[in-house]
Formats: sequence, C-alpha cells, structure tokens
Amino acid sequence: MAEPMKIRATLQGDVADVRVLMAHPMETGQRKDAAGKLVPLHFIQTITAQLNGKTVFAADVSQAVSRNPVFAFKVKGAKAGDKLSVTWQDNTGDKRTDEVVIRAGS
Amino acid sequence: MHHTRRSVLRGVWAVGALATAVAAGLLSPGRAFAAWNKGAFEAKNTADAMKALGVSNAQDSRDIQILAPDIAENSAVVLIEITSNIPGTTAISVFIEKNPFPYTGTFDVSQGAVPYVQLRVKMGESSPVRVVVAAGGKYYTTAKEVKVTIGGCGG
Repeated sequence: MAEPMKIRATLQGDVADVRVLMAHPMETGQRKDAAGKLVPLHFIQTITAQLNGKTVFAADVSQAVSRNPVFAFKVKGAKAGDKLSVTWQDNTGDKRTDEVVIRAGS
Repeated sequence: MHHTRRSVLRGVWAVGALATAVAAGLLSPGRAFAAWNKGAFEAKNTADAMKALGVSNAQDSRDIQILAPDIAENSAVVLIEITSNIPGTTAISVFIEKNPFPYTGTFDVSQGAVPYVQLRVKMGESSPVRVVVAAGGKYYTTAKEVKVTIGGCGG
C-alpha cells in the first residue's frame, strides 16, 4: 500500500495555497536495475483535488514527473476549516486519497 | 529496421484509434482531457502529442509565465512553475520537447483553481519546455529553454 501523502493547504485571502508531496517511484520504463533488467513503467497517471467533496483541480501526468512528486496549485473560494482531499491513481491501478483541513494563513 | 517500422505502425494505430474515438463522439475535444490520453502520452514528438490532444492553431502568447531554471543542475528534478494570465484559462499542458515522450501532463483548472501550477519533472537532455494554455476554446503557447548539464556539476 502506498505511503500517505503530505499535504499542506494554507489560506491566502480566499485562495488556498496547496502543496502535495506524494511518495511514488515514478519509474519511466527506461531505467535498468542492478541486474541489467528494465524496470517496468510504474507512475502516477491522474491526480484530483476536492474541496469539501467537489472536484476543483485535476491533472493527467506522464512518467516524466520526478520521483516522489511534488505539486503546488491554488484553489479558489476556500475558507479556513474547509476539507481538501487529494487522490492519485497510477498505471497499475493503485490509488491513494488523503485529506487535510485548510489552515488560516498568517 | 523491423523495430522502427513496427513502432511507426503502432504510433499510427494509436493516433488513428483516438481519431476514431473523437469521430464517434466518445471524446469531444473539450472532454479529451477527462480520460488519460494514451495516444498523446505515447507520442514521440510534440506535434503528434498536440494532435492527439486536439490542440491546433496555438498562438504565441506573452501572458503565460514559465518559471524554470536556465540551467538545471539535477535533470531528475527540474522545478517548473506556470502562471497563465489569459482570461478564461481552463487547462495548462506541458511538453518537454526533447524527452522520449514529450507530453508531460495537463492540469485542469476550470473547476475552481487558479491558473497556476508548480511541478517537478525529469529531463533527458537540454530542451525547450513548451506550455500550451486552453482558454475560451482557443490555444495559446510559449516555451522556455532549459539546459541540462549531464554528468556535470552544474557550474
């Protein structure tokens, strides 16, 4: 099972500044292991973010995204205490969802 | 030689299948972003990837900002930050033109996100990083060259 994501969501006005760190190898299918065998493709394909259950951000990505991907995006119309969840799914069908509460900014 | 021919054929098949899907109304161009677009992701050059995504007549725009290093010290982690100042921006797509598969991803910001995204990518070699923004049914584009110092110390 995949490791939990680290998500930080901080308000700036009514925009939530979201930063997500996902634990994933993001194998390109081109790298060889120590025995000289190709490591098969294994990468996150889709990412969605929901604000209080409603999708607000979605992405389709390729294996060119770095290992242990970090994404930052900004969600409009957020309030402190709102729930923000992020879901990813990879090419093997593995998926993971984590949720945080949006914090008031400084 | 056989290998080349086979991969060319496979590419043609993938694009053909997608075109069929579009024609059948399964994927209207606006919705093409909704399903992970295999044809685009497996395209070996930017033009084919854009075609598979239905991007056409992309106009050069100065209203798209790409923040990326001029010289990337670590080609496995290149930070790219994109902001679109084009009104009505719905999606941001990224192409690393000289990667084996240039199409890197599309970020849909039409449902309540600011037209901004930051990501970290792997780059095989120095390449233009091209961004295509969809806004009001039209496409806008700009690119930034990122140099990769393979095996060097980034000096």
